[in-house]
Amino acid sequence: MATQVERTGSATVSPMGLWSRLKYDRNWLGFWFMVPAGAFLILFLTYPLGLGIWLSVTDTRIGRDGVYIGLENFEWLNKDPVFWLSVFNTFLYTTVASVIKFGLGLYLAILLNNQMPFKAMIRAVVLLPFIVPTVLSAIAFWWIYDTQFSIISWSLIELGLITENINFLGDPNNARASVIAANIWRGIPFVAITLLAGLQTIPQSLYEAATIDGASRWQMFRFVTFPMLTPIIAVVMTFSVLFTFTDFQLIYAMTRGGPVNATHLMATLSYQRAIMGGNLGEGAAISTAMIPFLLAAILFSWFGLQRRKWQQGESDD
Amino acid sequence: MAATSQSTPPGVGVARDDAEGMDYLVTLPSRFVVVYLPILCFLIILLFPFYWMGLTSVKPNAELIDRSVNPWWVDAPTLQHYIHLLFNTDYPSWMWNTMLVAVVATMLSIVASVMAAYAIVRIRYSSARWVGGLIFLAYLVPPSILFIPLALVVFQYGIFDSPLALILTYPTILIPFSTWLLMGYFKSIPYELEECALIDGASRWQILTKIILPLSIPGIISAGIFAFTLCWNEFIYALVFISSSENKTVPVAVLSELVEGDIYHWGPLMAGALLGSVPVCLVYSFFVEHYVSSMTGAVKE
Repeated sequence: MATQVERTGSATVSPMGLWSRLKYDRNWLGFWFMVPAGAFLILFLTYPLGLGIWLSVTDTRIGRDGVYIGLENFEWLNKDPVFWLSVFNTFLYTTVASVIKFGLGLYLAILLNNQMPFKAMIRAVVLLPFIVPTVLSAIAFWWIYDTQFSIISWSLIELGLITENINFLGDPNNARASVIAANIWRGIPFVAITLLAGLQTIPQSLYEAATIDGASRWQMFRFVTFPMLTPIIAVVMTFSVLFTFTDFQLIYAMTRGGPVNATHLMATLSYQRAIMGGNLGEGAAISTAMIPFLLAAILFSWFGLQRRKWQQGESDD
Repeated sequence: MAATSQSTPPGVGVARDDAEGMDYLVTLPSRFVVVYLPILCFLIILLFPFYWMGLTSVKPNAELIDRSVNPWWVDAPTLQHYIHLLFNTDYPSWMWNTMLVAVVATMLSIVASVMAAYAIVRIRYSSARWVGGLIFLAYLVPPSILFIPLALVVFQYGIFDSPLALILTYPTILIPFSTWLLMGYFKSIPYELEECALIDGASRWQILTKIILPLSIPGIISAGIFAFTLCWNEFIYALVFISSSENKTVPVAVLSELVEGDIYHWGPLMAGALLGSVPVCLVYSFFVEHYVSSMTGAVKE
């Protein structure tokens, strides 16, 4: 192939040679096939990503181009207690929600892995919270958490457990717990169904062998299920952590960061500063501050994938 | 738990299904406590918000704010909230916007992804592996760190506040995911088919459209369904890039247009949330298996 190209290459002046090279050469052909996807990703992903980092070192405002101001935005944020509160909230939200999502999701996956009637239907229904647009289910939670007409408060009062309405979204700690609960509700199906897919790839013969060796249910889980599932858990949880860390919709729909910034995440704070407040530079700085954490999560996921390939004995394809 | 150690394998259980494994060692009463009961609890909690949405959307306003009646049920169901939504607001046009954006963005992304995945897996140009890795990385870049610079970009390109802004930006979320998924699919198609076609003088484009595409229809449907639901769910770009009421998508419009002042009109809000979920749920219910395979495939690959 290469020699052929070189031979015609001496006569590049002839349009035929150039044409056939553009048409048949492996690299050129690959290039043409990549153009549509590449164009989208470069124009609307890579370029904005770079632009965002650049914006974070300028004082751009809406409607006015900024100038380079070095790390001033970051120094400003460093002295801003609201920013640090949002960092704290983001970590609290991500950690608590991810741990509970993982625990309950794994439990649900193991339950669903049992033989039962209507299995396919149950699995389809379980995924519903994940399918329905987050904002729309967040509105439902908003109504469930209503100060006056909350169904939870009403039921608990009727049962005689409490005497007055719970202030779900008005009190800082209640608000945090409430949004975390809503996030868990939405996240469990994803974790459960993907882990279920992982569970189904574990050969039954391992369990048969373990049973013959007299293993208890817990031992089977600890020494067969869990090790076989580790790589997929790493990947699923990376995704889960990543999406929880950068969550925006749920908070925006339910509390907009309130009360007194108690539920502001970094994403909602950057929206408030950049779009509502017009300070594009400062908002971009908050977004940029999220990148190191995201990179850590991505690296973790990458090694999870590598390990899975290695475990399956797959060649480096 | 004690029942687990009982060694009374009922012969009925063994014959049913090979995926059953060691389940036959567990007796029915203990299965009920260990499996069915917890699943029932999960289902009740996972489905409760939908019940609550549906119930609220058919409750008359008087019943909604009356604390003396039992809120778990409705005495005089009404469709007034739905009628209000369909005839007194822009709801139909929000639906249409969302549908338009979701369908066009999905189709654009699928076309681009099919070509990219084919090039990466089968044309194998030099550095194809690197590009594959980069696409995986692009999958992990979240919209919430991109929306600020993207708002500027959208403004510079002059497509601010038009459906085009969403149609062109949504593929950045969809392409990485569907390319990754289709790469796995294309890898499973035997090379020999392609070699035969090459010998017969087919061009790469003919191979893609006449051999690879028909064989990977299930994969393409999976990617398409997943992409469609992602579009429908997308919020932050639609919130930032669209400002006029009639161009909004359902999730943004329900939140910004139906919430008026301090008094929340819970009836129309719930009706709007429920109606907005119907299209995705319909699509999902027709293609559950495809959806699940694409969701898990993206993780397993």
